Amino acid sequence: MTSRGEVRLWLLQRASAAVLAICVAVHLVTIIVAMRQGLTAAAILGRTHGSIGWAGFYGIFVLAVAVHAPIGVRAIAQEWLACRGRATDAVFVLFGIVLLALGGLAVAAVIR
Amino acid sequence: MSSLSVTVWRGGSDGRFQDYSVPRRDAQTVLDVVTYIQRRLDPTLAYRFACRVGMCGSCAMTVNGKPRWTCRTHVAEVASGDRIEIAPLAHLPIVRDLVTDMRTFFDKWARAKGQFTPTASRREGFERVEPESRPRRAVDAAIECIGCGVCYAACDVVEWKPDYLGPAALNRAWTLVNDVRDGARTERLAAVAGDAGCHACHTLGACTERCPKHLSPTASIAGLKRETAIAMLRGRL
Repeated sequence: MTSRGEVRLWLLQRASAAVLAICVAVHLVTIIVAMRQGLTAAAILGRTHGSIGWAGFYGIFVLAVAVHAPIGVRAIAQEWLACRGRATDAVFVLFGIVLLALGGLAVAAVIR
Repeated sequence: MSSLSVTVWRGGSDGRFQDYSVPRRDAQTVLDVVTYIQRRLDPTLAYRFACRVGMCGSCAMTVNGKPRWTCRTHVAEVASGDRIEIAPLAHLPIVRDLVTDMRTFFDKWARAKGQFTPTASRREGFERVEPESRPRRAVDAAIECIGCGVCYAACDVVEWKPDYLGPAALNRAWTLVNDVRDGARTERLAAVAGDAGCHACHTLGACTERCPKHLSPTASIAGLKRETAIAMLRGRL
């Protein structure tokens, strides 16, 4: 990959990390609050169904994960397994798409 | 007089440690110990040194598992009881005994475009650089590197990724990126960007912890990451 491409990946990972720091904190606080209030799964889904706010929040969360994780795993693969080149990069693009699809399905299930 | 039990690496990469007994003295440095072994016990021992006062950077070795200048390391600081282990610097090919081949290390300085590229000739006047300007202060913080290789031997990323440029070469590039007289900023940023350059650094900080000059290659590399990102966003990379 070109220097420009590598710098772009680094920036994307930093930016997605910043988004994830907020998203993970909100997600954990939400879990703790829901558990402390004794909400059942059905009650939680009742609140999230049709909510544009939760859809937007978890949509951004999933997008940040789909960007962040493949770039990080790619760096680990380069260091520990010496895996490089276009074929390896394609595998990590695919990994990102899979994360996006699975995360998207989960968000749809919670919101729909 | 008490004695010191010294274990020294002998041979090439397939060599082994050999034990020596060296008289212990006040204010004795590790370089004194190595010199005693070569002059009194075993003249075939190969090691490298020049200035003996922490100026030349040629006597760095691995002492009790950590890279250090041997001339500025007192035995009393590092000896574990009366034992000391001396090996060549890590991450570099061993020539023989305590001597490593530094070519890879300095070739990486060249790959990081560590050479000054002038923008003026000798017929023009001196460039005025304000001592308090931000670039000048950034250069000041990093310029005292003497190329001893201690940071390179301490860096885990160099071990994991042998083509990684390493802390010293990137620190050198950072001083030139901040040199307002230099004319190869864009090329240098392109040379140090990427998975073998500054973006491979995990900010572990071993280079900064071990640098005998108390420099912070970690901060220099962070600066390069910042400058390459800005250059990319402005379409200059």
